[in-house]
Amino acid sequence: MIGSVRAELLRLTRWPVTWVVTGVWLALNVMFGYVFDLLGYRDAVSSGDRRLAAELLAQISPAGVPATMTQGLPLFGGALVLVLAAVSTGNGYGWNTWKTVFTQGPPRLAAFGGTMAALAVVLVGIVVLSLVVDLAASAVVMTAESQALTWPTIGELAEGVGGALLIAGMWAAAGAMLGIVAKGPALSAGLGLIWVLVVENLLRGVSGLLGALEPVTDYLPGTAAGSLAAAIGGVTGSESGGAPGVVTILTGPSAATLLTGYAVVFMLVAGFLMARRDA
Amino acid sequence: MQEPVVVTERLTKRYGHQVAVDAVSLTVRRGEIYGFLGPNGAGKTTTLRMLLGLVRPTRGRARVLGGRPGERSVLRRVGALVEDPGFYPYLSGRDNLRVLARYRRLPDTVADQALEQVDLGGRGRDRFRSYSLGMKQRLGVAAALLGEPDLLILDEPTNGLDPAGMADMRRLVRRLTDQGQTVLLSSHLLGEVQQICDRVGVIAAGRLLTESTVADLRGTRTLVVRAEPVARAGEVIEIGLGLPVRPFDGGGLQVDADPDRTPEVVRTLVTAGVDVHEVRPSERTLEEAFFAMTEDNGPEETT
Repeated sequence: MIGSVRAELLRLTRWPVTWVVTGVWLALNVMFGYVFDLLGYRDAVSSGDRRLAAELLAQISPAGVPATMTQGLPLFGGALVLVLAAVSTGNGYGWNTWKTVFTQGPPRLAAFGGTMAALAVVLVGIVVLSLVVDLAASAVVMTAESQALTWPTIGELAEGVGGALLIAGMWAAAGAMLGIVAKGPALSAGLGLIWVLVVENLLRGVSGLLGALEPVTDYLPGTAAGSLAAAIGGVTGSESGGAPGVVTILTGPSAATLLTGYAVVFMLVAGFLMARRDA
Repeated sequence: MQEPVVVTERLTKRYGHQVAVDAVSLTVRRGEIYGFLGPNGAGKTTTLRMLLGLVRPTRGRARVLGGRPGERSVLRRVGALVEDPGFYPYLSGRDNLRVLARYRRLPDTVADQALEQVDLGGRGRDRFRSYSLGMKQRLGVAAALLGEPDLLILDEPTNGLDPAGMADMRRLVRRLTDQGQTVLLSSHLLGEVQQICDRVGVIAAGRLLTESTVADLRGTRTLVVRAEPVARAGEVIEIGLGLPVRPFDGGGLQVDADPDRTPEVVRTLVTAGVDVHEVRPSERTLEEAFFAMTEDNGPEETT
């Protein structure tokens, strides 16, 4: 599978889409995590709202980086990596590149595994970049505001990175599966986006009215992702400075287990289809 | 005797009620250029896809280089271009080949060698999406050449090429077989097949109609006779020599006789007082042979 991973890494790292998704995510992260929070903090200070100012300062502080980095992923970050994964597997059918790859000799599961491993490397890169950019942004803002720098512990950083990878990985697996199911990029990315951005939120809204739906909506992929982000310290969308998609429904360990389960199931379905279907 | 490179036994592919390939049994021998000939939609590409393991046969079996189609050890020794060349449009031709070389566990440098072989060395760093149809096709062939495979499966390799490009491609294919590689190429261009193939398999409506050498497929040679009066000439040849005669374009006669009998035909006509203007051997073109065959077994509803 090493050959497949090297091949996929070459084509993914030279793909403008990979860099566009990475850039958009970093820009969103900085904008929503720091720029808007900083403006809100200054407003709170000038209006004398000390409680809000303290809350926002805690989020901007380097100690808040693990939470800030993770809380954008259940919804927007997840949607971005889902699109990246969906177009990277789906385009293989549109461009006929899967056919070309399969005639080179790798077993289909090795080719699929290579794609997933290369996507995982890209995700690690995105998460590490987010961490570095967020720490830098936080340090700059805190210094500019003449505030003391409180750094997160190694454990908190590991928790943030691990959580971010798990959430992003689950959405990427979902995207890769959709690309293979739909055998194309457009439908898979479109369906995935509607699910992440609309359907899950609607279902959670409806479950407020229909209690019978709750056991289902409590265990949806987005719910698990949002719960894990909250467990790491993410602020729910209903609170000031919070992020949409962050929810406090499941405990951290349950959410992490569920996310792992979803990722495994998505990859199994995708791998099975790729191996069994005519190319 | 060496094992054939490709053997299929009643290979069949059905899509619902549609039979795309119907019990095709063909044999490709080592070191030959085998032409897989048929009109568009005859089942050529589906057969090739089955030989590459891209499509599972509904029935029948195939052996490629002694193994199962699609098996890793087999595919490592096969280079293929099937249908449109499938490449990443945003990558350069060179990077596309490097990606495929990595899949084959070959060093990146083989990409440059393959580009040179198809005369794309100068454009290797340009993006695939900027390539002309002919360049895309040549890159497809370059991809098939990676790792010097024992068997090349080329589906319509001259598609989109201009006449010079087609001639280059034919030269390349011949050079490959000179080096000992076996080539299985599909085509609907009869002239192309006639020029370069050792043997051909003719497929129409999913069925393999025949498999033979090009010479055998073209069949016996005939004589074309132009003589006056033409009716008298026909009588003399038919009755006097017992040879079947048919009218030929422009008032001539076509005689089912080997060209060795030319002197005898001329002598008989002259003795009978017929003015002989022309006697020449005539061979069926592959095109004539092909149409004769596909008209008899023309496309049918396969539902």
